[in-house]
Amino acid sequence: MDYAVIGQRVPRVDAREKVTGAAKYAADYSLPGMLWCKVLRSPVAHAKILNIDTSRAERLPGVKAIITAKDFGGWTWGFMATTRDEPPLAMDKVRYLHEAVAGVAAIDEEIAEEATELIKVEYEELPGVFDPEEAMKPGAPVIHAYRPNNVSVEYHWNYGDVEKAFAESYIVREDRFRTGRVTKGYLEPPASLAYYDPSGSITVWPAKQSPYFHYRHLAACFRLPLSKVRVVQPFIGGGFGGTKNDSVAADFCAVMASKKTGKPVKFVYSQEEELSTSKRRHSMITYSKMGATKDGLLTAVQVKVIAEGGGYTAIGPLSMYLAGASIAIPYKLNHFKYDGYRVFTNNPVCAAMRGHGITHTRFAHDLQMEMIAEELGIDFMEMRLRNAIDNPKPGTVYRTINDVTLKTCGMKEALNAIKQDPIWANKDHTPKKVGSTSFGVGISGTAYVGGARQLGHQACGAVIRLCEDGTVNLLTGATDCGQGSDTVLCMIAAEELGLKLDDVVIKRVDTAYTPCDPGSYGSRVTVLAGQATQIAAAEVKKQLLDTAAKTWSVKPEEIQIRNSIVSLKGNPDKSMTFENLAKIASYSGSGAVIMGKGYSSYGLEPLDFKTGAGNGGTSYSFTAQATRLGVDLETGHTTVTDFLIAHDCGRPLNPVGAETQNEGGAVQGLGQAIYEEFIIENGKTQNPTFLDYKMPRSMDVPDIRIIDIITDDPDGPYGSKEASEGSHVSAPPSVLSAIHDATGIWFKEQPVTPEKIVKALKDAGKWMK
Amino acid sequence: MKDIRITVNGTAYELSVRPHATLLEVIREELGLTGTKEGCGVGECGACTVIMDGKTVNACLVLAPEANGKEITTIEGLAQGDRLDPIQEAFFEIGGLQCGFCTPGMIMSTKALLAETPEPTDQQIRKGLEGNFCRCTGYTKVFDSVREASRKIRR
Repeated sequence: MDYAVIGQRVPRVDAREKVTGAAKYAADYSLPGMLWCKVLRSPVAHAKILNIDTSRAERLPGVKAIITAKDFGGWTWGFMATTRDEPPLAMDKVRYLHEAVAGVAAIDEEIAEEATELIKVEYEELPGVFDPEEAMKPGAPVIHAYRPNNVSVEYHWNYGDVEKAFAESYIVREDRFRTGRVTKGYLEPPASLAYYDPSGSITVWPAKQSPYFHYRHLAACFRLPLSKVRVVQPFIGGGFGGTKNDSVAADFCAVMASKKTGKPVKFVYSQEEELSTSKRRHSMITYSKMGATKDGLLTAVQVKVIAEGGGYTAIGPLSMYLAGASIAIPYKLNHFKYDGYRVFTNNPVCAAMRGHGITHTRFAHDLQMEMIAEELGIDFMEMRLRNAIDNPKPGTVYRTINDVTLKTCGMKEALNAIKQDPIWANKDHTPKKVGSTSFGVGISGTAYVGGARQLGHQACGAVIRLCEDGTVNLLTGATDCGQGSDTVLCMIAAEELGLKLDDVVIKRVDTAYTPCDPGSYGSRVTVLAGQATQIAAAEVKKQLLDTAAKTWSVKPEEIQIRNSIVSLKGNPDKSMTFENLAKIASYSGSGAVIMGKGYSSYGLEPLDFKTGAGNGGTSYSFTAQATRLGVDLETGHTTVTDFLIAHDCGRPLNPVGAETQNEGGAVQGLGQAIYEEFIIENGKTQNPTFLDYKMPRSMDVPDIRIIDIITDDPDGPYGSKEASEGSHVSAPPSVLSAIHDATGIWFKEQPVTPEKIVKALKDAGKWMK
Repeated sequence: MKDIRITVNGTAYELSVRPHATLLEVIREELGLTGTKEGCGVGECGACTVIMDGKTVNACLVLAPEANGKEITTIEGLAQGDRLDPIQEAFFEIGGLQCGFCTPGMIMSTKALLAETPEPTDQQIRKGLEGNFCRCTGYTKVFDSVREASRKIRR
């Protein structure tokens, strides 16, 4: 493909502001007369709230407003109309430890903090339940009256005939897998500056990766028209789903306090507050039964997933959908049954995180396939190649048993790329053991959905305004929370218009001016905001070509624009600058205002939660990953030295961005595989610090190589699909496969910590003292 | 209140600060230099790394009175007008950043590392950035940026 901008290695459009410290994040904003907001949190995990006495706090000098649940008039929020079970502040009951109970706004942070300590809340403590399987048992404490069995979401999907398929299988295995209690781990804690102005409009500068969620939450909560809610997007210090999609207690308290006082109100959560209360990934227990023929071809899969949900439903219906919807990709499968249960517990709330839903079942199934291959004496790479879905021929579609449709699938090509690389090809010729360290190489092959849907509004929009000097402004509602979408969208606009990248300037989201957007989740921005940008640019280009055609008395299709030069296709000497054309278009006759707009049209079918049939997004990425590591058989310490990631993102439009997304996604997956887990006892997160909740640091990360598998998906701009959630999903099974190779032991629960390794080595009689 | 004199990015300041105020609070709130970030406030993430008398410190762990008489460089002090420092230039060109929240601290640690070890080994780079947590990049392009910065400085 002959692109001028797409595929080039360019600096990020926001790089200069970021390397100079000029980029402003939510906590960097302030306004004169601003108050500070702090939140009072529950000291108990499950209790009735009998009374809240704020009188002493109110008398503290410097306190300007105190907010409790009654200020919100019973308003609650949530993913579906039937699951709106979460209030901004706990109403009659608290359902997890440190749930927000009241908010204070004061002239400074210390007074606000002191005031929270003066609020007296009377609780009647209730027995709590902290394990999802316990919570499902009859007689367990009931967390929400509307779900007396504590099951917040339940799906039963059935495709083909699993019983018959198991009966006809040569081999059937049953295993229990578990993913850990992990979190997003972004560096920037939740923060916002909020102002409810005298005209009755809200303006906020919040740390949100999906600002239009927040925009809708605020309009609904404060009963205002959307046109009176303005979310201005600061730079965002990482997102990864969950908290920064949604709103947090202090978001609502700050706006309410501003409404009450007429002053701007700011809050910044502490990192400990973030790590002990904010929405984290579900931990899912997967009971999986898998069958195969003697040749290792998969026959059927039956899965029961029990997900720990925490105190509220949040986005749980989608999490459980994704866990089930990905069962028949990337391996051919004609029979599957999925029973998914998301269960309330008195732990902090679980929601979306990078690799949403899919990471749990793909982890289980990728490992279980290897276990079956081992029993059958089939090489693990060969097992995957035999089962992987083929890349459909151009113009054809592969359809899974549950109607997931693939137009491109680079799974086999990615696996073959790994197979030919020395890391895999030479694995039996490298030393297996040095001193107490045993080395291992593992692989995985996984899929992930891109261009994801939720409920309701799906389309991304873009507006491009031509300036008379030949530069353009790009406005979209899509948020760059670090992933690099501002850069790729500018590249798309530049490519379409034939402009230099520097001539495209993107403005960050401002809901007063930018087109409405669902949010930066589910790997949807490049695909959907990208399509919108392409359409908007084409509209501007059409107007310009019409002008040029009139000027030169030729047809528009005879003209090309490239590198900011407008010329005749047949006679490139006949040319003018883009700037010149922009001036002609803007000034000729009565003058013109050149604008283009567009919105994405992919992915408009609703999700089918009841049966799990159909697509959860527009297209699917495929990733094969090899991991090389060493396990110290004495200490159980794992040192991961190499990652090789072969990924099919359709086509990387911004190669630097796609690479760093894959590198970062895989390292976050590494954390999940061997380091990260919240230790929660009776609802208390015991390790809510960066020191105790161990995430990969510079000393821990492997050398990472990336191989691009180009499949040019017809449903993405310039052939693109998603990048990075795929490598996040491929990392844990690849790492656990390598640990198995090094130790001969199958670990089925994440994270595989040194303690677990030593214990397993002892049990297997392999521990080196 | 406690009176202190500090030099930040070459400018001398005389300030009256609360005795328990941190250097980070003074830099961000009193001086309005918000390029230095607070990630954790307890010295575990390195987002607030600044250089004090030639050594990197977590500004959240230094009480403002302890900085009395010291010379401090923050991220805002690196570029000369429009001209980026070679380290900033390397991060810009190579793309050793994503969300950018750890970037100021990462660049300050690189500054101190390369001042001491102009041509660091891969292991020295990893060690030099050990105190700076990044969740986005997986560090690969951060390491590449440090190597490129080292080349630029030695050129």
